[in-house]
Amino acid sequence: MAGRPWVWSWLAAAAVFLGTTLFTGGTGAGGLGQAALTFAAFSVLVGLGQMFVITLGPGNIDLSIPATMTLAGTVSLKVMDGAAGTEVLGLVVALAVGVAVGVGNFALIKALRIPPIIATLSSSFIVQSTAIWTNRGRRIKPPESLAEFSIGMTFGVPNLALVALALTVGAWVLLERSLFGRLVSAIGQNQRAARMAGVPVDGVRLATYVLCAVLAALCGFLVACFSGGAALNMGAEYLLMSIAVVVIGGSAVAGGNSNVPGIWGASLFMFLVVSMLNTYGLGAGVRLILTGLIILTVILVASGGRRGRA
Amino acid sequence: MRRIPAEALRVLVPAFSFVALLAAVFWLQPRAMSYLGLNLLFNLAVPIALATIAQMLIIAINDLDLSIGTFVSFVACVTATYLHDAPLVGALILMASIGVYALVGAVIYLRDLPSIVVSLGMSFVWAGLAVLILPAPGGAAPDWVRALMTVKPPLAPMAVIASVIIAAVAHLIVMRSSFGVALRGVGGNARSMSRAGWSVLRLRAATYALAGLFGVMAGVTLVGLTTAADANIALRYTLLTIAGVILGGGEFTGGRVSAIGAVIGALTLTLAGSFLTFLRLSNDWQIGAQGAILFLVLAVRLVLNRREGAA
Amino acid sequence: MFHGDDAVPLIEVRGAEKSFGAVRALDGADFAIRPGECVGLVGHNGAGKSTLVSVLNGGLRADAGEVLVGGVDRREAHSVAEARGFGMRCVFQELSLCPNLTVAENVRILHGGLGGWGWRVRAARLVTAMLDAIFPGHGIDAGAGLGSLSISERQMVEIAIAFLEVDAPVRAVILDEPTSSIDASRAADLLGHIRRFVAKGGAVVFISHILSEVLSVTDRIVVMKDGRVVAERASAAFDARGLVQAMGSVAQERAAARDARAVTGPPVLERGGLRVWPGEIVGLAGLAGHGQTEMLRALYLAASSNWRQARDPMVAFVAGDRQVDGVFPLWSILWNASLSVLPDKTWWGLIDRSAEAAFGEDWRARIGIRTPDMGAPILSLSGGNQQKALFARALGGRAPVVLMDDPMRGVDIGTKQEVYGRLRAEADGGRTFLWYSTEMDEVRLCDRVYVFRDGVIVAEFASEAVTEENILAASFQGAAA
Repeated sequence: MAGRPWVWSWLAAAAVFLGTTLFTGGTGAGGLGQAALTFAAFSVLVGLGQMFVITLGPGNIDLSIPATMTLAGTVSLKVMDGAAGTEVLGLVVALAVGVAVGVGNFALIKALRIPPIIATLSSSFIVQSTAIWTNRGRRIKPPESLAEFSIGMTFGVPNLALVALALTVGAWVLLERSLFGRLVSAIGQNQRAARMAGVPVDGVRLATYVLCAVLAALCGFLVACFSGGAALNMGAEYLLMSIAVVVIGGSAVAGGNSNVPGIWGASLFMFLVVSMLNTYGLGAGVRLILTGLIILTVILVASGGRRGRA
Repeated sequence: MRRIPAEALRVLVPAFSFVALLAAVFWLQPRAMSYLGLNLLFNLAVPIALATIAQMLIIAINDLDLSIGTFVSFVACVTATYLHDAPLVGALILMASIGVYALVGAVIYLRDLPSIVVSLGMSFVWAGLAVLILPAPGGAAPDWVRALMTVKPPLAPMAVIASVIIAAVAHLIVMRSSFGVALRGVGGNARSMSRAGWSVLRLRAATYALAGLFGVMAGVTLVGLTTAADANIALRYTLLTIAGVILGGGEFTGGRVSAIGAVIGALTLTLAGSFLTFLRLSNDWQIGAQGAILFLVLAVRLVLNRREGAA
Repeated sequence: MFHGDDAVPLIEVRGAEKSFGAVRALDGADFAIRPGECVGLVGHNGAGKSTLVSVLNGGLRADAGEVLVGGVDRREAHSVAEARGFGMRCVFQELSLCPNLTVAENVRILHGGLGGWGWRVRAARLVTAMLDAIFPGHGIDAGAGLGSLSISERQMVEIAIAFLEVDAPVRAVILDEPTSSIDASRAADLLGHIRRFVAKGGAVVFISHILSEVLSVTDRIVVMKDGRVVAERASAAFDARGLVQAMGSVAQERAAARDARAVTGPPVLERGGLRVWPGEIVGLAGLAGHGQTEMLRALYLAASSNWRQARDPMVAFVAGDRQVDGVFPLWSILWNASLSVLPDKTWWGLIDRSAEAAFGEDWRARIGIRTPDMGAPILSLSGGNQQKALFARALGGRAPVVLMDDPMRGVDIGTKQEVYGRLRAEADGGRTFLWYSTEMDEVRLCDRVYVFRDGVIVAEFASEAVTEENILAASFQGAAA
């Protein structure tokens, strides 16, 4: 509430953008912007889901995002088999995979009474295996229409960025204006108090894990269409990325207090840092180290403030 | 009648599942029941077991280390380059990295930070350093490391003996020594610990340093087996070690861990892959089987705990 | 003052004062403990017993007065470490050991001087010998994990470790409800050990709700009320009835009782011997921590769903332990107050923010939350006003039954009066209240009272029988008339 923690991620993204374009003398700024929007869109999708989960409070985290992306990508491409007219079916299948994984995750948390981190970790093993089994090493191309859509632009803005933007607005409404968002935040601050205030804790948590898995599945579907086929490691980088954009975006790691705009700022920033360092001729090593140092700095600075919850 | 104490149960369940899996493997493939067969089955278990002990130490004090995989990769890269070419520099780098672990442990406590996010940040740092040191797969294992990992002791293969030694040493440190008691005390009831006059800060830093040491040993032995390194060599370890600790009877909170259990957990996960190969099932299901075994053991433990709670 | 002993007190407090916000927990208390005596400390909830114990053992610093350790004033500097070094040990009701370690390992943790080779064997030997001495035939294995022991075994271990001498002599032991989870014969073992310890020159402070134990084991009994010592005599000069009378106040007028409720039809709530009819204000009394909160929580959890939010909730809950059960620290006053009524202010899942704000303004006026802005952070309010926001959360909804878990903890007297008035108005309007309170004044406001002891209901009083003496007598074991 007090302060706008997301401003920093946007300022950082803008500074990096300037730093890059100044170096190149302004050439390629448009292309850089478009690329940033496209790739940020993927991080935004998984980041939004992870943000809702993290808002649920300490210990809540979804480690099955990469596996869900991979499974949704492979299964939906297999169902569509590159044929025209199957786009909607593919999308529905991908989302259904998300629902199934989300329900499965929460069922494990509840039934085995294990922390979310181990439940989503172990389910990710099985989901990943299912993906490998479905895929069998073949690379199926997405339907032409979807491939074109995913790399296309509308009024100079990448279609994927528009999709992500629409979902971001939806997520903002859900978090800031809806009853569901209020309940998630209540659970994240004090689960016991939330239960004693009539909040249906299990129901809200189930919905949150499903939401996260569905967003991951959608992201997997889009990544597969964008890159011309599903790959078994296509989700790998999004595990840490999904957590990183939530943290850098200024959401509280301890839960209860999240914000949506920061996800976009952080996602743009993460991509732009990579391109800036590439432009400067620095390699992947420096890039990774800087990313790590940024996360550490953000968490150190954020903890220095007023939040001192025991 | 006294029921079986929870501590014994903690090791018995993973031990039983391990023996059952091993029996299944032998039944499917009797030739595995040989010196060579056992060595093949468990070869890669040594570094995983060491890394699992590292993770177990962190879990014992209610934290979680998401950077252990990249850290082991980093150590592997240092081992295959500096430790091979300039042993002194290499050793210094590795010692410094243990110091960084201690520092991370101290900072997490002093600023009351979530270990998940801090170790997430550190995982990027280690990965970056690994890429800087070894941009492309390569390097070479120092001769002594290679010799250590390919030694052929009588009676049982190196991997088996090494696992037993790792389990025994870790058990002595964590379960038997004063330091081990204190570190598990921090996990169990940190408030009483500081009230009784212990420095929780120092204990936590020391625990992280010890975890760093085991991580270093994991990286060095891994290169001894593979003879070369690359920056992504051990990324899987982060998730494998968490699974191994839990499989071995550890719990996420409350300082309830078992060193022997953790090593057995690591061996079980290694074995799960081989089991599928012998079943002539496709390798696709290897990690899936690891997940399934994890569930199975957790479910068994839940049933046992419930029974104990009812008693 | 008691004049039976001229020895220099081991530790003594004079005129100790300690306040928590508006609450004066200690209001000029005098207390001393000398070598070779066992002192009983009794009093009802909020009398200041636990605060006094914390001042003695260095856990809290007194605001004013003197804290003399071995005859020297150490009020500013007294600490847990100093108290321990001086040979003072405490056993509290809640477990202070590590449940994941074995008995011997816990001894190692609490006795730093026990290092070196073979400590495990020595620790096991020491603690087993002490257990043998206090509780013969205890059957506790020093190698067993503490978590695998029963509650009474844990309590025995905790007591044994407190009496254990490793590097420094044990001079004084404070036992706060040490027998709460051990059976009568084990309790007798402990009392025997206390007498032997005292005979050898040790000092013991003994706190218990079982008056027969207090009367039989102590040399002297100190009765506290409202943060002061109100009676102090040799134990022989007391009997159970006299103690109860000393704890109570002198014949206070009962607040004007409400009209007797006509009890008709089926009860709205029923559980474990407790039955509540519509429109009643039912009190749950007894010493703190004897199962009242657990009862309220169980009632609430049974009557509400974990899966979907009810539009017409059956029960509402007002937390007493605000930080643990009530307040959402990152939110505004308004959001804290409106949480339970949101389903009524929601269309298509979206919150009608103006309706929510109107609700806030309405209740700010009705219950008198002192803030210019309901959008201000909840933590900017005083404890009493935070509590009003929690009352608004419960009373603002439509739930016919309101469960209150000692909600006036740490609330100033003005706020209390306002809330009492509000509750009566609501009850007259047909609402049912189940009210756990640790304060006698509040219990006397109830139509009917259940007294809890050791987790179960031990007595029920209605209208005229709801008196302080009846309730005190039922709260303390062995004092029932």
